[in-house]
Amino acid sequence: MLDLKELWAYRDLLMVLIRRDIKVRYQQSVFGVAWVILRPVLSMAIFTLVFGVFARIPSDGYPYPLFVFAGLLPWIYFSTSVLSSGNSLVDSSGLIGKVYFPRLIIPMAPVAGGLIDLFVSMGFLFLLMPLFGAAWTAKLLAVPVLVLGVAVAALGVGTLVSALNVAYRDFGGIAGYALQVWMYATPIVYPESLVPDRWRFLLLINPMAPLVEGFRSAFLGKPFQVPSIGVSLAISAVLFIAGVAYFGKVERRFADII
Amino acid sequence: MPAIRVQNLSKEYILGGRRRPQDTFRGMLADALLSPYRRYRRLAGDALKEDRFLALDDISFEVAPGEVVGIIGRNGAGKSTLLKILSRITEPTSGRAEIAGRTGSLLEVGTGFHPELTGRENIYLNGSILGMGKEEIRKKFDAIVDFAEVEKFLDTPVKHYSSGMYVRLAFAVAAHLEPEILFVDEVLAVGDAQFQKKCLGRMGEIGREGRTVIVVSHNMQVIQSLCARAIWLNDGKMEYDGGPNSAVVAYSRSYSKSVSEQAWPDSDEAPGNEDIRLRSVRVVPDTEKPEEPITVESPFLMEFTFRVLAPRAVFFVGIHFRSVNGNIVFRSAASPAAAPEGAYRSVCHVPGNLLNNGKYTLDLYFMRDGNVVLYKMESPLVFEVFDTEKEAGHFIGDVPGVVRPSLRWDMEPLR
Repeated sequence: MLDLKELWAYRDLLMVLIRRDIKVRYQQSVFGVAWVILRPVLSMAIFTLVFGVFARIPSDGYPYPLFVFAGLLPWIYFSTSVLSSGNSLVDSSGLIGKVYFPRLIIPMAPVAGGLIDLFVSMGFLFLLMPLFGAAWTAKLLAVPVLVLGVAVAALGVGTLVSALNVAYRDFGGIAGYALQVWMYATPIVYPESLVPDRWRFLLLINPMAPLVEGFRSAFLGKPFQVPSIGVSLAISAVLFIAGVAYFGKVERRFADII
Repeated sequence: MPAIRVQNLSKEYILGGRRRPQDTFRGMLADALLSPYRRYRRLAGDALKEDRFLALDDISFEVAPGEVVGIIGRNGAGKSTLLKILSRITEPTSGRAEIAGRTGSLLEVGTGFHPELTGRENIYLNGSILGMGKEEIRKKFDAIVDFAEVEKFLDTPVKHYSSGMYVRLAFAVAAHLEPEILFVDEVLAVGDAQFQKKCLGRMGEIGREGRTVIVVSHNMQVIQSLCARAIWLNDGKMEYDGGPNSAVVAYSRSYSKSVSEQAWPDSDEAPGNEDIRLRSVRVVPDTEKPEEPITVESPFLMEFTFRVLAPRAVFFVGIHFRSVNGNIVFRSAASPAAAPEGAYRSVCHVPGNLLNNGKYTLDLYFMRDGNVVLYKMESPLVFEVFDTEKEAGHFIGDVPGVVRPSLRWDMEPLR
């Protein structure tokens, strides 16, 4: 199913594709690298105004802007990776029809490349923390594990969407819409303590929910909910296996359909 | 141990266009709700017979390591499909293909080139896509740039390149692929005439380096000079597998509108006028094996039979011998003589080692005194003169010249 030896042999190609994506992305954008930070900051500002001030949604005692920003970062990485990954195969139809390489590399590239953006914006959050009175604690060491969990989930979902997109061309758009709904189903603009007991199951099956809360734990100092994070990592792994398995099954027909 | 072994390979495509309702997820859901049976049949892979198209039909062959094999055939014959299957880009419907060795495929020039990246970056990108590792590209970088002649523009985004520079760079990267088995689809020479010579020269080198090469091309001259063996594919089937010259001849004959003879037994319908009525025209090699095709080496005859309807004191037959693109190669005519009424046969002998390979035709003139044309017939014959076996590497591509005489050359050292 997953030919790791072959993927390793093509690692140079993966690096080249990642570099290409990043270079092209920044060359073509008006704000360049600044957009990486501007985007979550703008979202933070709007959400703070609408949800924090107008709707007066609580934020577990933490300053709302910081609360929402810490939750936004993993989400932006997840949704951007899934969308880019989802469209990657169709966008690379030229390559797929003309050259052989393990096709899995294509949806992998945006997920790996998106990490750069995530690190830049996390660095910004790191500097932002003292302004809101949050301290740099050892809890931050959990971040790599959380990032890995998000990356694995993004890879699984992104791979699945990219394969489905080849057969059903509107799937990319459907995924985009589904992600919007998913965002509100995840406690980003509201704390999970706001969710009534009847709806708690949503938090259990949503792998992003504990990961988002985990980010807040790391940056804001909230206590970690280790069991939930464990469950979400397991679900992420399942998503990953399912996505890659489906991809492997349909892979050989790509060149014919695309 | 063959480098390539193909056994009973078939590739079937299902036609039906792309805008079926099943192609969108929403459409699929709607379709599933409305007609479960129809959906089941489609998922199960059933399709009407008219929907199926057999791109390759039960192909089998083997290629030994180091062989240079050409694949020829009309558009749609299955050549590119075969190469795609051998390159592992698409899978066969049935049968198998086994490849032993590191492969590289040149199916398109500039695959993956991105306009926003510089020439330098695109070399690494394209090279990686073609299967070269970073170290390998780095080692060959200077050679690639040198071949492409773009040293001054390495750090400019390729969107600013001229189309010539673009293809030169793309070909230069591909030309430095060094796999054990190489597949090339039509991309033998790009750019201006001078660069094309470089490309063909490099292809010749690759052939001599001992790699296994499979070449698809429409350029018969290149196939004949580059390959030791050629396979002719027609409508997905293998029609011929053997020497490149014979393959080219077989293929050319199948589609060419060659007319090597015509006859008009019924004198009322035969071409002509009140002076001349044609009976037959034909061209045939003047050798022991007249059924073989005419080659650059074989002498041939052009024979015309006709009736002279009114007696002439001064009469002769002449031709303007032309290549099919219009150039007159030579004019020749018989000596004038008296011609009473009656049937005649006139034969023109053309020596071997005069004409270059290519397609020829002629205009036939019947003349009387004072160079007056009694009757002219345009292009009653169209035929091809073929090349003969060439030493590999001697000359890649078309032999230039309208004529190809075999001349005597003397050389001696001066004291």
